[in-house]
Amino acid sequence: MSEGTKRLVVGPFNRVEGDLEVRLDVANGAVKQAFVSSPLFRGFERILEGRDPRDALVIAPRICGICSVSQSHAAALALAGLEGVVPTDNGRVATNLILATENLADHLTHFHVFFMPDFARAAYADRPWFAEAERRFKAAHGLSVREALATRTTLLHVMGLLAGRWPHTLALQPGGVAKGADARDKMRLLATLGSVRADLEARLFGAPLERVAALADAEELDAWRRTGPDGDFRLFLTIAEDLGLAALGRADDRFLSYGAYPQQEGRLYAAGTFAGGRLGSVDTSAIAEDHSFARMEGREAPHHPFEGSTFPDGADETGYTWCKAPRLSGLPFETGAFARQVIAGQPLARDLATKEGANVRSRVVGRLVETARTLIAMENWVRALKPGEPWCAQGALPQAGRSFGLTEAARGALGHWMVVERGRIARYQIIAPTTWNFSPRDASGQPGPLETALVGAPVRQGETTPLAVQHIVRSFDPCMVCTVH
Amino acid sequence: MMRDLNAPFTVLWLQSGGCGGCTMSLLCAEAPDLAATLASANIRFLWHPTLSEETGDEAIAVFEAVLSGDIRLDALCIEGALLRGPNGTGRFHTLAGTDTATINWVRRLAAVAEHVVAVGTCAAYGGVTAAGVNPADACGLQYDGRRPGGALGADFRARAGLPVINVAGCPTHPNWVTETLMLLSAGLLHGGDLDSYGRPRFYADHLVHHGCPRNEYYEYKASAEKMSDLGCMMEHLGCLGTQAHADCNTRLWNGEGSCTRGGHACINCTAPEFEEPGHAFIETPKIGGIPVGLPTDMPKAWFIALSSLAKAATPERLRRNAVSDHVVTPPAVRDIRKR
Repeated sequence: MSEGTKRLVVGPFNRVEGDLEVRLDVANGAVKQAFVSSPLFRGFERILEGRDPRDALVIAPRICGICSVSQSHAAALALAGLEGVVPTDNGRVATNLILATENLADHLTHFHVFFMPDFARAAYADRPWFAEAERRFKAAHGLSVREALATRTTLLHVMGLLAGRWPHTLALQPGGVAKGADARDKMRLLATLGSVRADLEARLFGAPLERVAALADAEELDAWRRTGPDGDFRLFLTIAEDLGLAALGRADDRFLSYGAYPQQEGRLYAAGTFAGGRLGSVDTSAIAEDHSFARMEGREAPHHPFEGSTFPDGADETGYTWCKAPRLSGLPFETGAFARQVIAGQPLARDLATKEGANVRSRVVGRLVETARTLIAMENWVRALKPGEPWCAQGALPQAGRSFGLTEAARGALGHWMVVERGRIARYQIIAPTTWNFSPRDASGQPGPLETALVGAPVRQGETTPLAVQHIVRSFDPCMVCTVH
Repeated sequence: MMRDLNAPFTVLWLQSGGCGGCTMSLLCAEAPDLAATLASANIRFLWHPTLSEETGDEAIAVFEAVLSGDIRLDALCIEGALLRGPNGTGRFHTLAGTDTATINWVRRLAAVAEHVVAVGTCAAYGGVTAAGVNPADACGLQYDGRRPGGALGADFRARAGLPVINVAGCPTHPNWVTETLMLLSAGLLHGGDLDSYGRPRFYADHLVHHGCPRNEYYEYKASAEKMSDLGCMMEHLGCLGTQAHADCNTRLWNGEGSCTRGGHACINCTAPEFEEPGHAFIETPKIGGIPVGLPTDMPKAWFIALSSLAKAATPERLRRNAVSDHVVTPPAVRDIRKR
């Protein structure tokens, strides 16, 4: 550390899912370097080894209480690959509904419970929007916080009907779902989604979901801020403008999505990469995890997840986190709702990506636009369910084989890689969204996306837990329990 | 020290080796919602990782004030298993920003708490975090699987005199947690209100079997054979509902749900060591064609006798519906005068 540089260790970092510590080197009122640490190791990949492959449907969701369905889905897809089974139409649509319900619930939790309460802190008492922010978003007690939790609770009734419960359902299977819906279930689901739509249109957006989904470019977003309908979305845009959140937290602008919600043809949100203004396809054979700065054995070279290992090395002093560093073709990638919408071609997201890249504002805008788009799709999926037709195709597991499952959690790309030998799991490797976003440096010294995004963040006089740092960290909607698993 | 009943009942909530799912479930409390439920019993969170404003130094200041006695702590809630590894250091989980193993924070805070509540099976017994080779050397607060011990030791008693209260479940139902806290705050939860594994009896004295909509299939041993079938899942698909201590099918989850209503087996997630059933979770082990594992309190000879009788008497309707994903044969509608 050079002279005049101060080190800050920020933690416990709450209102993120799980445990996070951030070390910052600060000089001249700004972050010079950041080191992101995941301080919890449980070892799920090792826990899965030696088990019946179907047990992954019980164990994997319990990696994470907020992405449990995504974890379950990735495991079910890997098993489906091993079995060579294709879900029934009903199974595919019901799976989309269950996954979308979790992702939507997570978006609501993130915006209202995790992210916005930072603007209701006393440090912002001098801002013109503060009184409104405090009224709506004071941690745990704000009006919008409580109303959003109620909306989320209603939304999760979809799980009660289709998946038994949330989190930690066993409903998602390789061939579809474990429970069918009848005609009255469809009516009940439409009532539930209709109630969620009404809540979001009344409070969050102040406008029909279709208007949000159709936002086409940065100018329209700016018009919404200036003259748009009153709602929490507009309040956020006002705050973002005042605090310059669009200039905060930019990383490398390389985006990754595995694609979400398969339909009869294609997916609702396409898979791909977006970097340097260009779309690309995802070559999973080019994914490898680097352990140089993870407290893990296997530092000699990066490994593709089919060859990966998870042997923690508590004596390792070079490593500063339990998180490995996944790279695609040797490069860090950012994943999440904004990345997903950019790659899916949502016009506003694409425009923001081109003009200003990923930052605190665009990540949050991406999440809210996706919330509107996904809810609209869910209503159509309910109508597409066909009572009386099969819900779960049946398959049989081979004694040996290998397979992977890729899906999208609320916070981005999630993959499971499974190797089966003699009817048992011989190897299981998981790369979660926040493993990508909050990865440490790799052998060539490249920082992970958050580590890059934090450089330059302002640190005000006397701040030990800088607010700008908190906004940037939370803009990724990190899930730390998934990160290391 | 008796609590002034007009003062708030204070709760400090920490997460360790778990998934955070019990908190995610807790936020689903409804009618009334979580905030109103807690307010009704004058329960106040001093700090909660998901809900509180305080981060970093501000949060640590709260913990220190509790340790110094400046703030009274009525209940310490721990979510997630306690990690002893590697090599007994506990450093597989250091509390961020403190460079101190979380298990040590928990031991210190437990010593000043009136009550200690394990939220979820991980905190109670180790749970899924302790499964398989138990890479992190995980255990519960006062149990290591089925054995008393764990992070605080078998002899631990919180200041008010109770052992750790094990609100087991993976995850916990929101109301198991809120009702436990409300009973504590009202002074209405005593040693006799906990079962032999330390679980509150208000939910653990029930079985998941109670209220399961598949009960008629169970009565006639009309069994589901594959996932999505409507029949009873005990014979083939690993369901432990007749042995699992919880009120899931009478209390219900997320509106109208429960595991068996969702079409999948109850895996007995409120029990210590549920994570290692000794067979695949969705497959029932059998000896000589007879499922291993009897319904709770059922003598084996009677179970076998009744089962074979029931199988012989299975109505055709149940036989057909049991292996279908929707009702193919509805119950006959009879003229009530011809009973």
